[in-house]
Amino acid sequence: MTLMRTFLGAAATLALGATAALAEPAVIFDLGGKFDKSFNEAAFNGAERWATETGGKYLEIEMQSEAQREQALRRFAETGANPIITTGFAMADPVAEVAPDYPDTKFVNIDGFLPEIPPNVQMIVFEEHQGSYLVGMLAAMKSANGTVGFVGGMDIPLIRHFACGYAQGAKAVNPDISIIANMTGTTPAAWNNPVKGGELAQAQIAQGADVIYAAAGGTGVGVLQAAADADILSIGVDSNQNHLHPGKVLTSMLKRVDVAVYKSMIAGDALETGSMQVLGLADDGVGYAVDENNEALLSEEMVAAAEGAKAKIIAGELDVVSYYANDSCPVLDF
Amino acid sequence: MDYATLLQVADSTVRLSVPLLLACLAGLYSERAGIFDIGLEGKMLMAAFTSAALAAVSGSVWIGLLAGIASSMLLAGLHGLASITFRGNQLISGVAINFLASGLTVVIAQAWFEQGGRTPSLQGAARFEPITLPLAETLQGVPVFGPLYAELISGQTALAYVGFAMVPLTWWLLFRTRFGLRLRAVGEAPEAVDTAGVSVIRMRFAAVAIAGVLCGLAGAYLATALQAGFVREMTAGRGFIALAALIFAKWRPWYALSATLLFGLLQAVALRFQNIDIGTFTVPVQFMDALPYILTVVILAGFVGKAIPPRAGGEPYVKER
Repeated sequence: MTLMRTFLGAAATLALGATAALAEPAVIFDLGGKFDKSFNEAAFNGAERWATETGGKYLEIEMQSEAQREQALRRFAETGANPIITTGFAMADPVAEVAPDYPDTKFVNIDGFLPEIPPNVQMIVFEEHQGSYLVGMLAAMKSANGTVGFVGGMDIPLIRHFACGYAQGAKAVNPDISIIANMTGTTPAAWNNPVKGGELAQAQIAQGADVIYAAAGGTGVGVLQAAADADILSIGVDSNQNHLHPGKVLTSMLKRVDVAVYKSMIAGDALETGSMQVLGLADDGVGYAVDENNEALLSEEMVAAAEGAKAKIIAGELDVVSYYANDSCPVLDF
Repeated sequence: MDYATLLQVADSTVRLSVPLLLACLAGLYSERAGIFDIGLEGKMLMAAFTSAALAAVSGSVWIGLLAGIASSMLLAGLHGLASITFRGNQLISGVAINFLASGLTVVIAQAWFEQGGRTPSLQGAARFEPITLPLAETLQGVPVFGPLYAELISGQTALAYVGFAMVPLTWWLLFRTRFGLRLRAVGEAPEAVDTAGVSVIRMRFAAVAIAGVLCGLAGAYLATALQAGFVREMTAGRGFIALAALIFAKWRPWYALSATLLFGLLQAVALRFQNIDIGTFTVPVQFMDALPYILTVVILAGFVGKAIPPRAGGEPYVKER
């Protein structure tokens, strides 16, 4: 009996402790997994930065299947986590579903789109087409064959959005350039199929591509590997992937998911919700990576041209057409 | 389509077929001996992980290969223990192996390398490099055959040659040796083999072990020859495609070769020609991706005739008392 009481007491203390630590944020990583060296890893880095700087703790889970999404959201909301940060377009609908049931909890979704945003949800999207435009320019300037490649992950509007910006950038430098764009698949498994990514890259190389841009999560690792094996250049995505094959990765299209996650966590309870935040070149939300691994690959003229275009885009003088605008790309057919 | 393109597609076909072929032959040994094996996928995955992990740590791809084979055989042994010794359901044991491999690989990889369930990238001697066969350079100038020899026949990795050599070897072993006769008999009429004084249990374990070795080769090929490292779930359903190919091939080695080459070809064509223009309309890439599965259904339904599995397949052997 005494033992029983001790246990109950301990349980009560734990329960109290949980309520006291109310504002613990939570991060839900999408199917690619938090170490995909790309999108989710950027989110993870942002969360880790917050944790080291503030000494705080956060809850996390990696999605293993489609069915877990809503369940994970509800669990975190029940635990009292706030804000709950989700990555990936596929989390948008579950968030819209769950958010009204927990009006005191704030939800963040990165990359998703909702026609009507609930008052306690913050949507964060990036202008990937602008960043992709810049790396497309760099690719076209570096290409000796006049052919550049693009390997996407799952065939969704978001990835076409990447491809479209890339194609526009490449065409801006060389109107005659040919762009080979392939998608890995139509299911979420396409984010994690490096063997197929590598084969797609080899097929593109056989068709003359000498710079290949991979926007494919874990699949991109295979693309970058195949490019490095064939001694041509590749372009990484989301996180800085230049270090994966030093001297073989031309640059990486950065999407500062880490900054978005970090800022949301810093804001905590005070996070603004009910709106859609768009991060572009002007906010340093997207960009291209230059570090010691690729410095030698980028000539001064290339960087100058890219910086020039960046300034023009920010000033509004240069308009990169978004794939979302009318669900089609002016320079690329899918 | 010019000759060079044709060769590139053929080259891609070979690369994509080898893991299917090895896994298909693994299934062939096992099922010919009366043990259904849907754990091909899991064994390949485990071997892919272990070979990449050991190759990364030791820096030698051969150590990785041996470790990969050992890990795959360990799972094969588990399958044997459950379904032969304890006479459990072979399908359930196979499913269990798939789940076990899928979970274990990621957990061990994460604990070991802390890179989120992947192994470090392999470089240099930790990978199988393409082998250039003798005379490849000299024959380059010969029309038609020269490029064929240099691009397709030469320049594959060691495991690819092993995979193709396994086909005649399997045929010879199964259809020309006493061991093969007994192995096939164990899958058709185990009681007859038992009456002849040969241990059914031992024969079945031998078959399952051979399947383990072949799955080990297939997994190591994926992780250390095609790619440079392990990524979770990197087998991506190849074990199941190999099973379909096995039924397609009516459990025969040469047919297995043609079935897996056909599946490899379809995948290679889908990769190279994403949208195919046929005059007035375009065949979407999604259709090309689905084609292997459609073909399996269509051909099985009408063209290959009846695919009859080994008669004692799926049933644990119980000695009469």
